[in-house]
Formats: sequence, structure tokens, C-alpha cells
Amino acid sequence: MSELLPNIRWEKVYEATLETLYMTGVSVFATFILGIILGLMLFLTSKGNLYENKIIHAIVAAIVNIFRSIPFIILIVLLIPFTIILIGKMLGQNAALPALIIGAAPFYARMVEIALKEIDKGVIEAARAMGAKTTTIIWRVLLPEAMPALVSGITVTAIALVGYTAMAGVIGAGGLGNLAYLFGYQRSQYDYTWVATILILMIVFIIQFVGDYVTSKIDKR
Amino acid sequence: MIKLSQVTKIYELKDSTVTAVKNVDMNINKGQIFGIIGYSGAGKSTLIRLLNGLETPTKGTIMVANREINHISGRELRKARQEIGMIFQHFNLLWSRTVEENISFPLEIAGMSKKERSKIVKELIKLVGLEGREKAYPSQLSGGQKQRVGIARALANKPKVLLCDEATSALDPQTTDSILELLVDINQKLGLTIVLITHEMHVIRKICHRVAVMEDGEVVEEGNVLDVFENPEQPMTKRFVNQVIEPESSNEMIENLLSQHPEGKVIQLTFVGDTAEMPLITNVIRKFDVNFNILQGKVSQTHGGAVGTMFVHVDGDIKEVEQAIQYIRQQKVKAEVLSHE
Repeated sequence: MSELLPNIRWEKVYEATLETLYMTGVSVFATFILGIILGLMLFLTSKGNLYENKIIHAIVAAIVNIFRSIPFIILIVLLIPFTIILIGKMLGQNAALPALIIGAAPFYARMVEIALKEIDKGVIEAARAMGAKTTTIIWRVLLPEAMPALVSGITVTAIALVGYTAMAGVIGAGGLGNLAYLFGYQRSQYDYTWVATILILMIVFIIQFVGDYVTSKIDKR
Repeated sequence: MIKLSQVTKIYELKDSTVTAVKNVDMNINKGQIFGIIGYSGAGKSTLIRLLNGLETPTKGTIMVANREINHISGRELRKARQEIGMIFQHFNLLWSRTVEENISFPLEIAGMSKKERSKIVKELIKLVGLEGREKAYPSQLSGGQKQRVGIARALANKPKVLLCDEATSALDPQTTDSILELLVDINQKLGLTIVLITHEMHVIRKICHRVAVMEDGEVVEEGNVLDVFENPEQPMTKRFVNQVIEPESSNEMIENLLSQHPEGKVIQLTFVGDTAEMPLITNVIRKFDVNFNILQGKVSQTHGGAVGTMFVHVDGDIKEVEQAIQYIRQQKVKAEVLSHE
């Protein structure tokens, strides 16, 4: 093993993996919540819907589109002042979180909107005919009915986020991306690059597997 | 129970307006099964949605169960809606919930405790005949079963009125019949007022007490089902009535019958109500020396009696034939002697 991978110090790899998992985990969770809120706003304020409102819809749509369009690596740099105010520093895993969440949530919000649009209008009408409040419709109809699509959407987003964490790693967030860049590239210890790649692939496969499994479990259509 | 006066609904589109419902007056009594028939675009879907406030009228007043639906909103409207059940053409069940969870949904909305809910859900499942399917998901049910869930759900809050939006249009004829039977059963057991919209006359014929015919947003004819079947006045109504009682009485068919029977007379008999059950044919053959052949016919049962038409061929001595026809006419059966056009 040590012949094949001469430079590897496993405690460093272990540490970097935990950092990647931490960044991915926290940002996926926050993206899920924020994305659903934004997605609901987009859906509910759209034409012919429960809170139809052209102005709010246009504002939310603009924010989502702008942040979705900025390349992630630029977004991180753009957000550095904001991150310093929020976290107090610009290095480390926590410093990567604002950029990760702000980069991924608009992307996920569009998926949430699509998932909600897929819901049969008749079901919403039926709930209204039963005398349901809009909040009841959101919690008991929209979210449960869209849940399989919401889960498969967050799976895709989570995988994209693993990639984002690697990019964030390059500018000092730590994690497997940082490992591959710092040791693999700058010090030409290619075995680090290989190990980081394999670990990231494993994380992605596990996320995909879990996502698919949960989606199929909750999809009763 | 339901009273509409001068109800109009106008939709404003980008550069035009559509009058979906025009000056409709309607009175529906408690315990009645009231059918509204019309082709798509006649305004019946809009009309039924005005009854539970899913649509608001542009003009006019709508009273349902002593509430002025067009004037209330928010909490009061939601309360009113809990007393108006509704079932849909495409069932509109939540696929993420099981049968019992679907039926329980309106009770959750009404804020009922879990214990009370499960008791009512059990009763409803029994009422609609879905025992054993409580834990199934809608995707595992047939169309008829889905509509039974829809009906149970609509009845959960013990409504005073049940609205049926093309409730059987997506079902095959046999399933349609079983759902219609269930509706009649509920109407009798619970004394529920039922308003249904449909484009199928046989639905009206099978279960309705009264019928309104809609065309271009207006009610063009309204009356007891049997009266409307007996004397349809408007062309639109005649078309619907013909759907049921004269499925094949085209001119072509009549010509065909006439050319097959050059001797004697071909007569079209129209039965309405009690007369359909009378032993007319037996009496004619006993009283008159004629040959009497049934060529084709269809008699259907309505809620108020039977209606139908029959084509017969009467042959024999001319005088006897004339007298036979006279006799038939005395029996309150419409008899029309057919001839080449």
C-alpha cells in the first residue's frame, strides 16, 4: 500500500473527508429548506395560483436566476465580504457554507417549482373545496404530493454540492478538494489526487443510492 | 336548500370576455337529486363551482344551506365548504395517502381528533363498500374504487349538499351504474341534496329527480326528469333525450324498416311513465285481428317511471289496423305512423 501510495498520510485524508462530508451535509440541509421556501414562493405567486402576485414572483424569479447563473467559483469570491461579516473569517469549512448554500438553493428552488407544478391542479381544488386553508394545502397537499420529486431533486443538488465543496476547497475551505489541490497539484503528490477522487466518487455514489432508495420508497404513484 | 338568482359569471380574458354563466335562476330542494346537463363549454362546470365558492359570480346571489356563498369569505367560507361535499371526474385523491388517510383528510381540516377521525373513517369505508382496502394507495385501486374513496371523502364532514362534477364520466358503463346506485343509496339514507353535472343523459335518467339543460351559459329548459323526457321543448333537450330513448332512430333506419315492410304500417310508439308497463301489445293482439311484430325498441327506467320508443309493424285488414292504432292512442301511448318522406 505504501509503495503504491507513497505520500499519503491517512489521518490527513480522514480529516479532509470529514470536512467534505460536513460541508456537504450542512449545505444540503440548508439548501433543502431554503430551496423549498423559494420554490414555494415561485409556485404560489405564479399566475393562477393561490397567492398570485406578479411583483413578488418577478423579484424572486430574478434573484433565483441571477444566483443560478453566476459560476460558483466566482460566486465564492464575490461573497467573501459577506462571508467575513457572517462567519468572521474567509477560510475553513464554515466560511464555505454561505457560498455553497447561496449557490445551490436557487438551483434547487427551480426544481422545487417544477415538482410543485407537476401536482394535479384538481387535487389542490379538491382541498380547497374541503375548506382547507392555504397553509394546510402547503403542508398537507403540496409538500407530501411533491415529496418524491423533492427528494430526487435534492439528490441531484447534493451531488452538485459535493462538486462545489471541492471547488471551495481550492480557495481554502478544506476538504478533499483542498487535499487534491494542495498536495496533489501544488506538491505533485499525485496519489493524493487519486485518493481524493476515489473518495469523492464514493460519496457521490452513496448519495445517489440513498436518494434513489428514498424516492422509490415514498413514491406511491 | 340551494337558490340561485340571476347568477352571471363573466371571465375577463386579455382582449375579450367570456360569459360562462348567464342569468341563471335555480331552486333545488332538500333531498333532491338535481342534474345539470350540457355539452362541454355550456357553463356547467363553472356553475357547480359557484355553489361552493371555488368561483365567485360576477352578478347575482347564491344561497346554499342558508349561507350566501357569494358574500362570505375566509373562515366562514371554509366552514361553509365543509358542509358542501364535492366529487370529481378524475377523483382528485392524494396519491401519497392511503384510502383511509384520504378519507380522513377533510376531518383533519375540520380539526377533529385522531380517535374521532378513525371512527368516522371506518363507518364511511363500510358505507361505500371498501372494506379491506383501507391501507391501499389510490394507484392500487380501480376507477370505481377511487370514486368510492372520493365519495367517502366528500361525505366525511356530514355535508348537507353533495356536488358531483362529471363524477362518472371517466368510468366504464358498469362501474358508472354502481356509482350511481351508491349515490341514490346515499341520497335516501342520509337525505342528502345532490347536484350533479354531466353530459350523459343516462346519468340523468337513472338517478335524477329534476334536470336543467344548459347551453351557452344559460339554462334553456328545466323540469322533472319524466316531464322533460316526455315533452322535451328545446332542440338541445331533444338531442339529449334522444341519446337515451332513440339511439338508432335515424331517417336511414326508418327508410330501411319501411322498405322491408311494404305491406301494412310501421308505427313508432313512444312510452312515457306508467304506460310503459302496461300489457299493450297483448291487448292489441287479443282485441284486433292483426299481425303485430316488434321491429326494434328500447325502454329505459327513469327515477319517475319508464320511457322509451318502439318500432312495430302492424299488418292485416286496413280497418282492423286503423282501429288498432286508435286503440293504442287511447292508451296514452304516442303512436306515429311512419311513411316514406
